[in-house]
Amino acid sequence: MLMNLFKFKGGVKPPSNKLQSNHLPIAQAPMPSHLVVPLHQSIGGTPQPIVQAGDHVLKGQKIGEADGWISAAVHAPTSGTVLEVGMHVRPHPSGLDSLCVVIEPDGKDEWIARTPIDHKAAAPADVFHHLQQCGIVGLGGAGFPAHGKLTPSKGVAMDELIINGAECEPFITCDDLLMRERADEVVCGIAMFRDLLQPKKVLIGIEDNKPEAIAAMRAAVDAQKEPFSVVAVPTLYPAGGAKQLIRVLTGKEVPGSMRSTADMGVQVFNVGTAYSAWRAVAHGEPLISRILTITGNVHAPRNYEVLIGTPMGELLALAQPHPDTDGILMGGPMMGFLVPNPQVPVVKTTNCLIAHDDRLFPPKAPEMPCIRCGSCAQVCPHELQPFEMYWFSRAKNFGKTQEYNIFDCIECGCCSYVCPSRIPLVQYFRFAKSEIWAREREKNAADQAKTRFEFKQYREEREKADKAEKLAKAAAAQAAKKAAEAAAAAAESSAAPAADGAIAPAVAAPADVPAATVNPEKEAKRATIEAAMARAKAQREAVQPKNTESLTPDQQKAAADIEARRVAAHLIEPEPVAPAPASEKPE
Amino acid sequence: MSHYLFILVGAVLVNNVVLVKILGLCPFMGVSKKLETAYGMGAATTFVLTMATGASYIIDHYLLMPFGLEYLRTLSFIVTIAAIVQLTEMVIAKTSPTLQQTLGIYLPLITTNCAVLGVPLLNISNGYNFIDSLLFGAGSAVGFSLVLVLFAGIRERIEGADVPVHFRGVAIAMVTAGLMALAFMGFAGLDKYQ
Amino acid sequence: MDILLAIAIMALGAIVLGAALGFAAIKFKVEGDPLVEKIEAILPQTQCGQCGFPGCKPYAEAIVNGEEINKCPPGGAEGVQRLADLLGREVKPLDAEEKPKQIAIIDENTCIGCTLCIQACPVDAIVGAAKQMHTIIAQQCTGCELCLPPCPVECIHMAVIPETIDNWKWKYPVVEITAAPLQKAA
Repeated sequence: MLMNLFKFKGGVKPPSNKLQSNHLPIAQAPMPSHLVVPLHQSIGGTPQPIVQAGDHVLKGQKIGEADGWISAAVHAPTSGTVLEVGMHVRPHPSGLDSLCVVIEPDGKDEWIARTPIDHKAAAPADVFHHLQQCGIVGLGGAGFPAHGKLTPSKGVAMDELIINGAECEPFITCDDLLMRERADEVVCGIAMFRDLLQPKKVLIGIEDNKPEAIAAMRAAVDAQKEPFSVVAVPTLYPAGGAKQLIRVLTGKEVPGSMRSTADMGVQVFNVGTAYSAWRAVAHGEPLISRILTITGNVHAPRNYEVLIGTPMGELLALAQPHPDTDGILMGGPMMGFLVPNPQVPVVKTTNCLIAHDDRLFPPKAPEMPCIRCGSCAQVCPHELQPFEMYWFSRAKNFGKTQEYNIFDCIECGCCSYVCPSRIPLVQYFRFAKSEIWAREREKNAADQAKTRFEFKQYREEREKADKAEKLAKAAAAQAAKKAAEAAAAAAESSAAPAADGAIAPAVAAPADVPAATVNPEKEAKRATIEAAMARAKAQREAVQPKNTESLTPDQQKAAADIEARRVAAHLIEPEPVAPAPASEKPE
Repeated sequence: MSHYLFILVGAVLVNNVVLVKILGLCPFMGVSKKLETAYGMGAATTFVLTMATGASYIIDHYLLMPFGLEYLRTLSFIVTIAAIVQLTEMVIAKTSPTLQQTLGIYLPLITTNCAVLGVPLLNISNGYNFIDSLLFGAGSAVGFSLVLVLFAGIRERIEGADVPVHFRGVAIAMVTAGLMALAFMGFAGLDKYQ
Repeated sequence: MDILLAIAIMALGAIVLGAALGFAAIKFKVEGDPLVEKIEAILPQTQCGQCGFPGCKPYAEAIVNGEEINKCPPGGAEGVQRLADLLGREVKPLDAEEKPKQIAIIDENTCIGCTLCIQACPVDAIVGAAKQMHTIIAQQCTGCELCLPPCPVECIHMAVIPETIDNWKWKYPVVEITAAPLQKAA
């Protein structure tokens, strides 16, 4: 099967170190003492825990519910008891804690009822839902929920479906062994992806340093009579990067600004994703285990099928690490990172554990000044200028780093690998990127605070205006009432000698107080209230302070001053207190 | 024609207003921290300087010389330049708020740019006619902008360099400017070929 | 005679230029000040009033009118730097202590539901009703501390925002300096 291959610019050829671990078949890792399953294992929303400490869970039982469309459920890897739902360290370069479910296995490994789905008969939406509920995420490294990538892009025909079996990072052999041993199921998974995406052709890219895997995949493809091409791509790091593999297989160059390769009519999946998606669809098995390479400074490097949540220290012990091992590297030597401690659990995206020691990974010599040799620009697979980005990241001139397209950097580590001054370039880029993101977050927060502040000011203005209007209305009513009263009193005084009782005001009332004339009863009631108020006022005035007789003139003067101030104060705020509670209630 | 070419090349490169004549150093040091502002300042200065040379030539030849008031040159030129700068700013503010935002506060600063006063005075001492004056003014302005932009580019990079603490900021900028002046000496004599 | 002529010429020039400028000032009048908006974009919009002005916009206006640029503690030294860059002014050390970013937290057991903090909050980040417990919407809180003084029972305290995986940042690469082998020999 000959086909024209393309090349991407740059790339490096580090020693592959794959032979140590790829000669033994995949082994089943023993049941660990406990499992720590982080809830956030994929890109997107953090799944919500749906179990509590003390609950008994079965193998494959859902313990975390997907939060939103771009999110995937999390499941119990074995049957047992939930010890706690709490903060534990998860494999992340920060070494910070996140919410995890800790399960103590009961040893029975008892499955929950599994529901396979017939992807050919079911509607695509149901298949996506099933994959989401089974927690299928990209196993290549980023952990993007698979159903999100299987949704065809609107308006763009899907040209190629690419299956990534390149596995370009040194030391890692888990995809190699998966393709060798379980090629049939991988091909079934690919066929399912093909049915969902309807691409024009399907390309399976495998680096040519894995002849056994290529042979196994070809045999499986032929056996199932699928029209997939299994393509051997030249071994060159990072040929397994999605954009690089697209370039090599199709010649298409994905622009840096493009978020999804689906807009180019290409979609890339890892072989492991195809395998676990097939297990989920055909057998109803959620993603609770994965194949993982344990290698590095160990006696018996090998691939194991391990449960998600197994502490890395327990796994490393299986491969009998040499005594001088001083750390665990998760991922490959190019893009991986040292985990903070051996209790860190395996997650869905953990593909390799490397026992770290100074012989395999000699400590880096101190960073020297950049000599602008341009080696980094020659190996950059994205045709960036790392030395420029480095210079401006170092000076914290982040605007300039963005002008040099720092966000196109995939952090593959080629530049750091070749740098003769041993500058940790990728670290500088990560620093610059996270600073830019933090700034973006701050800017958004500031904008939001501004709109909220402006709205609050607008609301206060409006309330003030409303209140003023209300007060004006009340004052006008008061004035009208007073005028009416005065008129009534005048009428009363003139009518009193002539007529008697309740009829008199009604008859004599002037025309401008119709209410009083309409309802004499109310008027009478109001008169009594007013009389009572007048009595109370008279009483108040009649009451004299009792302890003022024996005061000195000074004291009397002070008291008089205070009294005057009270009166003044009373005048300043006539009665705004009364309407205030009413206006506060809407809050 | 070659006369005009020599005036232009001489103004831009050989007798560069900043690096050889050492005029207009305040904006050269003050507005060269960022490339964008350097572009803006260069554009604004080019406009103002060309206008100023033209206007000052007219004032000198039709107002001051006929009345024998040459001693009022400096005074009247400063007043004219200040007025032109103000006028330019108002027109730009009205017509193109974007350009005004880019130039920001650097536009009024041109008033205090001694290059803008120096070039009209040099015109007169060189005995240039109106076209010569305009060309010399425009050339000087282009030379100023060129050096300003180059310098801003260098300074942006210096920000990331390991400069000894006591040399940081203006000190290393001065050293850089000195080196640039040395480099521009290499153009000497380019305008003398006959 | 000469001197009078000189004065007359200068006066003429001044009048002509003055008239031109005056005409231009009327003809090319622009409303609003775009600089204020640019300054406001740099200010952190906490509306905390720590600068002595009742909000970020008044402070931005004050800066345009010559106020110092180092009076915004939430903006930090970096904010002063960016203002200095924008305005071409000299960088000055911050006029107050720089604090890590904080948010207010209400002790919900102690809260008596007086609504005083709700009225004080400039960004409406406190929810609650009279005689009901109040609480702070953490995402909206700008950490301005304006709710602290009005609280009659002192149930509000400021807490530094904890580092989580979501807001964690890669650190600036630092060269580790290790002891030279010479020292080991000695």
